[in-house]
Amino acid sequence: METSIWHALLYLVGILAFAGLNAAYLGYCERKGAARIQRRSGPTEVGYAGLLQPLADGIKLMSKQLLVPKGVDGIIFRAAPILAMVPAITSMAVIPFSGNIQARAMELSVLLLFALAALAMFAILLGGWASGNKYALISSTRAVSQTLAYEIPMLFTVITVVLISGSLNLQDIALDQQGGFWRWNIFRIENGHFLTMWISFLIFFICTIAETNRAPFDMAEAESELVAGFMTEYGSMGFGLFMMGEYLNIVVAACLTTVLFLGGWDCPLGLIPGVWWFLIKIYILIFTFIWIRWTFPRTQIYKLLNLNWKILIPFSMVNLLITAVLIKVF
Amino acid sequence: MGTENLPTSIVRFAQLDKLLNLGRANSLWPMTFGLACCAIEMMCTGGSRYDLSRFGAEVFRPSPRQSDVMIVAGTVNKKLELAVKTLYDQMPEPKWVIAMGNCAISGGPFKFKGNYNVIEGVDKLFPVDVYIPGCPPRPEALLEGIITLEEKITGKRRWPRVYAS
Ligand code: SF4
Repeated sequence: METSIWHALLYLVGILAFAGLNAAYLGYCERKGAARIQRRSGPTEVGYAGLLQPLADGIKLMSKQLLVPKGVDGIIFRAAPILAMVPAITSMAVIPFSGNIQARAMELSVLLLFALAALAMFAILLGGWASGNKYALISSTRAVSQTLAYEIPMLFTVITVVLISGSLNLQDIALDQQGGFWRWNIFRIENGHFLTMWISFLIFFICTIAETNRAPFDMAEAESELVAGFMTEYGSMGFGLFMMGEYLNIVVAACLTTVLFLGGWDCPLGLIPGVWWFLIKIYILIFTFIWIRWTFPRTQIYKLLNLNWKILIPFSMVNLLITAVLIKVF
Repeated sequence: MGTENLPTSIVRFAQLDKLLNLGRANSLWPMTFGLACCAIEMMCTGGSRYDLSRFGAEVFRPSPRQSDVMIVAGTVNKKLELAVKTLYDQMPEPKWVIAMGNCAISGGPFKFKGNYNVIEGVDKLFPVDVYIPGCPPRPEALLEGIITLEEKITGKRRWPRVYAS
């Protein structure tokens, strides 16, 4: 892959545009989706079918007073929202959107992605800590315990994928699954991997929901208990950046699930692979995220942790063991 | 209008101001905040029959830092006075207030000689932009109130007013 300055610039602009558009319009999609699920019609009056709604919200948020309350830790308070955006955008650099659309091919891209995903948690922790508000602090500690706990089964399931493909490179993992849906990791027929991989997929999907702090696991911003969680003291664009960071994390999670389990840019019937299949798959996954959010009520923090420590971790460990045995036997 | 308290700049950008006002008018996020029976009517406005979200105003934010309009829906009594005032002070500019229902406008049914603890109108506490009369006002009335607030911000009305014949 050539690494000229134009290549880098092109991908920089492309990724920023993709990230910005997604962050803005996923908010719109979420409001529309919520409305449809609740038999409403959602934003319709601002622009055609409400399509200018994100623009209006953006203008409103940017022109609102920047309020730094008394008693906050100024520097960290201002840095936290930016820190919420940066890891999500950075991780898009290693995601292979198709065979030849990838900003940077790296050998250890899976590891890099998970390191960055863990970094996103720090934004919440720092934001909650610097706010000097008890609700924000409680929320951020909750977010940390939740993220730490859910990293474990998530990584176990990723190891199963890595074992099957024998590589930590996202590009190789995706290439390994080309040629029809029966070669995708989730339905993989050879060596009988489909016996365990659909469980891996389920565990991974539940973990991504918890990692991105989405309902039913959005303990960090439980309105009924914690005002607005770690965002309580953030107004205007600080809040906007946190929201955009959340949506970008969802996009990255969907991309990762697609590459690891759903064959990346592969066509289900093995016909014409291409970036459009990748986009179709991630938007189906994102729609599932929205669907789940507006269908299930929020759980409680100890139920959430029980689910993780008592169910997901044992299952993912046994799953890993069986996968390894299957690989060894066949 | 709530923007009056902002420091005015020497250079003014008429078109930019218009754009900002359009943006603000089309995303009025109310505060999750209900005080009495009128709040039920406010919830109904957010529900599927009247659907506040059509105007981009359904994002009820739980924190005052993120909300633009405070819908005072219900009775404010002496004990609550401080809390309501604090919430108003915690909202960043530009902010607007809608007094919903007779209680918030003037004390409503509680305004009588022996009244000892009900605030007779929230405009005693802070400036109010739109008054919506009724006990309680119907959801259509709240929608009309929000459209009136938009008209107040942008200077233009979204739809022509229809008078009952
Ligand atoms: S105006 Fe009427 S309906 Fe509204 S809070 Fe007062 S008493 Fe209740």
